[in-house]
Amino acid sequence: MSDSRRLDRVRRLAALVRKETYQVIRDPSSILIAFVLPLILLFLFGYGVSLDATRTRIGLVVEDPTPVTRDLAASFQASRYFEVVNGNDRREFEEDLITSRVRGIVVIPATFAADYAAGTSPAIQVIVDGSDPNTASFVQNYARGVVANWAALRGADAAARPPAISVEQRFWFNPQLTSRFFLVPGSIAIVMTLVGTLLTSLVVAREWERGTMEAIMATPVTAAELLIGKILPYFILGLASMTLCMLLAIFLFGVPFRGSILALYALSASFLVPALGQGLLISAATKNQFLASQLALLSAFLPAFLLSGFLFEINSMPTVIQWITTVVPARYFISSLQTVFLAGDIWPLFLQAIAVMLLIGAVFFALAARSTRKRIG
Amino acid sequence: MWWIRLKALIIKELLAILRDPKSRLILIGPPIIQLVVFSYAATLEVKNVDIMVLNRDAGSWGQELTEQIAGAPTFRSITHTEDPATAREAIDRQRVIAAVQIGPSFSRDVEAGRPAEIQIILDGRRSNASQIVAGYLNQIVASVAADTSAGKQASPAEISVVARNWFNPNLIFQWFMVPNLIASIALLIGLIVTALSIARERELGTFDQLMVSPLRTHEILIGKLTPPMMIGMFHMTIYILAAVFLFGVPLRGSLLLLYGSAIVYLAAVVGLGLFISALSMTQQQAILGAFLFMVPAMLLSGFATPIENMPGWLQPVTLVNPLRYFLVIVKGVFLRDIPASEVLANTIPLALIAIVTLTAASWLFRRRLE
Amino acid sequence: MSARAAKAEHAAADFVRLTDVIKRFGSAPPALDGIEGRIRGGEITGLVGPDGAGKTTLIRLMTGLMLPDSGTIEVLGFDTRQNPTAIQAAIGYMPQRFGLYEDLSVQENLDLYADLRGLPKAERPAVYDELLTFTDLKRFTGRLAGKLSGGMKQKLGLACALLKKPRLLLLDEPGVGVDPISRRDLWKMVEDLTREGIGVVWSTAYLDEAEMCDNVFLLNQGKLLFTGPPAGLTSRVDDRVFKLTGLTGRRRPILAKTLELSGVIDGVIQGEAIRLVLAPGAKSPVETEIGSKLRLVPATPRFEDAFVDMLGGGPGGWSKLADATTKLPSDGGRPVIVAHGLTKRFGDFTAADDITFEIPRGEIFGLLGPNGAGKSTTFKMLCGLLKPTEGEGRVAGFDLRRDTAEARNRLGYMAQKFSLYGDLSIAQNLAFFAGVYGLNGRRKRERIALMTEIFEFAPHADMSAKDLPLGLKQRLALACAVMHEPEALFLDEPTSGVDPIMRREFWTHINGLVEKGVTVLVTTHFMEEAEYCDRISLIYRGRSIALGSPDELKARVASKDNPDPTMEDAFITLVQESEAEAVTA
Repeated sequence: MSDSRRLDRVRRLAALVRKETYQVIRDPSSILIAFVLPLILLFLFGYGVSLDATRTRIGLVVEDPTPVTRDLAASFQASRYFEVVNGNDRREFEEDLITSRVRGIVVIPATFAADYAAGTSPAIQVIVDGSDPNTASFVQNYARGVVANWAALRGADAAARPPAISVEQRFWFNPQLTSRFFLVPGSIAIVMTLVGTLLTSLVVAREWERGTMEAIMATPVTAAELLIGKILPYFILGLASMTLCMLLAIFLFGVPFRGSILALYALSASFLVPALGQGLLISAATKNQFLASQLALLSAFLPAFLLSGFLFEINSMPTVIQWITTVVPARYFISSLQTVFLAGDIWPLFLQAIAVMLLIGAVFFALAARSTRKRIG
Repeated sequence: MWWIRLKALIIKELLAILRDPKSRLILIGPPIIQLVVFSYAATLEVKNVDIMVLNRDAGSWGQELTEQIAGAPTFRSITHTEDPATAREAIDRQRVIAAVQIGPSFSRDVEAGRPAEIQIILDGRRSNASQIVAGYLNQIVASVAADTSAGKQASPAEISVVARNWFNPNLIFQWFMVPNLIASIALLIGLIVTALSIARERELGTFDQLMVSPLRTHEILIGKLTPPMMIGMFHMTIYILAAVFLFGVPLRGSLLLLYGSAIVYLAAVVGLGLFISALSMTQQQAILGAFLFMVPAMLLSGFATPIENMPGWLQPVTLVNPLRYFLVIVKGVFLRDIPASEVLANTIPLALIAIVTLTAASWLFRRRLE
Repeated sequence: MSARAAKAEHAAADFVRLTDVIKRFGSAPPALDGIEGRIRGGEITGLVGPDGAGKTTLIRLMTGLMLPDSGTIEVLGFDTRQNPTAIQAAIGYMPQRFGLYEDLSVQENLDLYADLRGLPKAERPAVYDELLTFTDLKRFTGRLAGKLSGGMKQKLGLACALLKKPRLLLLDEPGVGVDPISRRDLWKMVEDLTREGIGVVWSTAYLDEAEMCDNVFLLNQGKLLFTGPPAGLTSRVDDRVFKLTGLTGRRRPILAKTLELSGVIDGVIQGEAIRLVLAPGAKSPVETEIGSKLRLVPATPRFEDAFVDMLGGGPGGWSKLADATTKLPSDGGRPVIVAHGLTKRFGDFTAADDITFEIPRGEIFGLLGPNGAGKSTTFKMLCGLLKPTEGEGRVAGFDLRRDTAEARNRLGYMAQKFSLYGDLSIAQNLAFFAGVYGLNGRRKRERIALMTEIFEFAPHADMSAKDLPLGLKQRLALACAVMHEPEALFLDEPTSGVDPIMRREFWTHINGLVEKGVTVLVTTHFMEEAEYCDRISLIYRGRSIALGSPDELKARVASKDNPDPTMEDAFITLVQESEAEAVTA
């Protein structure tokens, strides 16, 4: 290839990139998707949606107030996990449990004091609202915790021995188990899916709908230039969007950042390859904004949300669905993001994720390039 | 006279949505796939996780504990190692979610009645799952502890906590998920179909045709909102059938209450859709608008996390979210047989949302003609 | 041999060679069927034919963006199959809707295409200067393309296609949606290009444009009906085209009657006169049959006359639809449509300024004007789609914005793009419109059956409206608009892009309805349609700059140089005069 032809090639590409950039800057809807929606999402995950159990409202029934039961009740009232409503009869709370005004009822039976004094296995009862299994487990576990603590304290008073086996548990990377610390990095992947797949598929479909694709194709531009010219601006937009999220994550939401910037960008860049490839593929296949948006929603956004391990544990899913998750690029990106923020640079993990993402991306691109030959109709 | 016009419009709307095979497919296929995939996928239970055990104890108690862990159904595979570095690496690389470390003196301590200690290291990146795994492991350890001589002669005041799960005794996750999805998917469908209906007519130029016909504004609005509500009802019916017969979710409350409130819910959803539609000039804007409402609506509905866990300033925002109220009703009617008064209390806000959005939509509508 | 043909003889070698080109989409009949032909440099070659004839497909095949199913296409010596890149480097192509980026400015669009076409940086200032002067866009370089008027967009589109002087320029329907003034400007620019030896392919559905080409390819339903200089086609109707003048009273019944005569192949209303094409050898029976006061004057044949003749003549003058319509009682000459001081302002922009006219029963009234002049605004205010800032519009005595369904029941509306519901079948569309206009029970069944019979919908009743051929779409739109027997019909560019036969059929129905007392308001910038009107209001920059019958308007611009101006001449001159007045004022 001669120098002048190479120069032409560079110039054509630069022109396409410049054009796309102007369009992004001038179209409020791209800005909305790339910067405003991410802000809303990050904000909601940072402040609104929290998987941490905070104070849960329970009903507490002390059937026979004695010093012992009152003392146990006081432990419940003092717990930072419970907001306690007191009562004398469990039936008072049954209605509340049905209407979710309380999430559980703790009953200290009339026999408790006597059994405790006699040492004949005293029991308390915890009735929880099973219609929300998650909250139900939390209430059960925290109730157990309160009782165990109380017993230990009472035991210590009575100079009883420590438990036969004690467990020392440590949560690495996120000792306080703050859900924000893993939700915020995870939501970066959602945002980049939006920019990479939804926005890209919409803008390419729009070119088909408006007939500009045809005009461009009838110039000396090659198919490869056309593809790269489309991708490069959104690649940069995706990284810009990610940078914004990262800064917010670190400085606004106080998420620790233990890895390196290099790793974060390498991972993000690799994730954008399948995301953009998928966007191109969708738009090349539909050439229609409505269908493109529906497909992007269905095949990219929802899987990134639900099948990526972001909110739900992949291991717990049925086998067939686990297979599906292996081709969801967000799955690899989210776990890497959580690692680079919370754990640090664990390159073997990253390299594996990068390899898989690039592989999926290569498949998408091959398919997209096949359907974006310089042909119409 | 007016009902003839209205009937014609409703039939036309239904045909416009359902006659094209592609849009029929998009409208019926994905929601059902979503229901099936997500009700199985979206689970907060933890199973099939991998654990590493670092047993440096030569005695039988270490062995006993390891076996108990291996026997628990939650864990898929148990890897053994001698080397703490291996354990560290396995957690780092997310090969295992937790590592249990049993020290060399464990059995000796147990047998001597001394307080024995084990350590559990968990991956805090998956803090939800880790927490639950920690809970399971603690239970296993407690049951082993109870068998030790020290355990057997432990304080007789050992208090048992008897837990009973009302409404869902085995805490089956699908019983929670399916009713949630019924409400959410109805929102998704209703919103998109309605939001697009006017934008599409505007783009195709048929909207003027409607406006010059004898149809009045309120007739057009009713004609536009009835078909999406019918489609919504159709989906709900399918989901309810699937919930009962496919997922075995008990339907304990009154079906009549459920349907009655569903109509009001759909009216609120469709009202929102119509509002978005009246606000947007193109289909793309309508899609985007619907999306911009939907994502926060899902997150702020009490679906994934209870509303009472949200910060105080955010909770009032959820008051305008129709999903929030209907979730209470669906979950309540299905599992808890909530009383009619409670259904009513959650239906009234829905009716208010419907009235406000429909009024706003028709106002916007008329204003657009200026 | 004509002078034109002689010129063609000396023109450059063949730029495009089409050999037995066939292209199919799916299982439908071929979009192009056995096309053969040559396109030469230094000429304007018209691809002529109605919508759906295959014009766009043929142009796309020449760009190499689409490949034929069989046959070969050679462009500038390269085969489109083997060497599309070389072709794309040497052609300029302006697709429909011009291929501009609406959110880029004029200059940015030019820069983009200059880079894509590899125009050296050094040459740019000179080329830009030349093209911007040529297209008169210099003042607007900073403006976004989306904010330009239709005519300006088209010129910019052309400029983009011309950046690196192409050897072959392909223009796909550059005249659509553009008013006559811009079309004429564009034509001049393109003509200049051919003098430099550039080959131009210009596709169009307007037969008057075809007439000006050096060569035409006449396409219909994928078949090539004629190729050669337009005069070659026009010559087939030499001495058979006449103007029937001296008509008094109503022209439309006379036209209807004339068309039913045996020797008459085609007839259309042209202002006060009727234009007729007679069968070869037919003795003009007209004077004796119709009335002795009429005179039959020979007229210059047009391309359209020949085209209709070639397709076997027009549809006849009798409208079943009108026959089935009850005659509306005359009500003492009270006007049916009244515009009184209609004014519409958007912010400080006045889109329509004090528009006043009255349309009596049984008249066709036209709103004519360039893009963005305010004719649509006026139209929309009258049918109740826009609220006037000042003044009022009344239809059959009702203000459509305030009055109820009853009032709107009296009007029928047919929009530009045949705004039917594409996903609904013919029968479903009919049922919908019947219902919306309050027809019910037996009356509904009867009217639907009647429409189905008149327009011969039965074989297609279950097809989706969007898949119908254009002609059927138009019939369906008309059927839906008149199903409820309206008193007034509002037509928004009702026949743009439709072939001449279909257009005649449409106007036969309208003419018949008008005779039954229906009043018609039509907007158009299509001169053929303007000729059908009894009176026309020419709208420019929001004001009515002329009002009168087509012949009156033509008479106003008649001059020594142009004693017999066409409607288009009248339009252009009147607009220019108004422009000049504005400048002096």
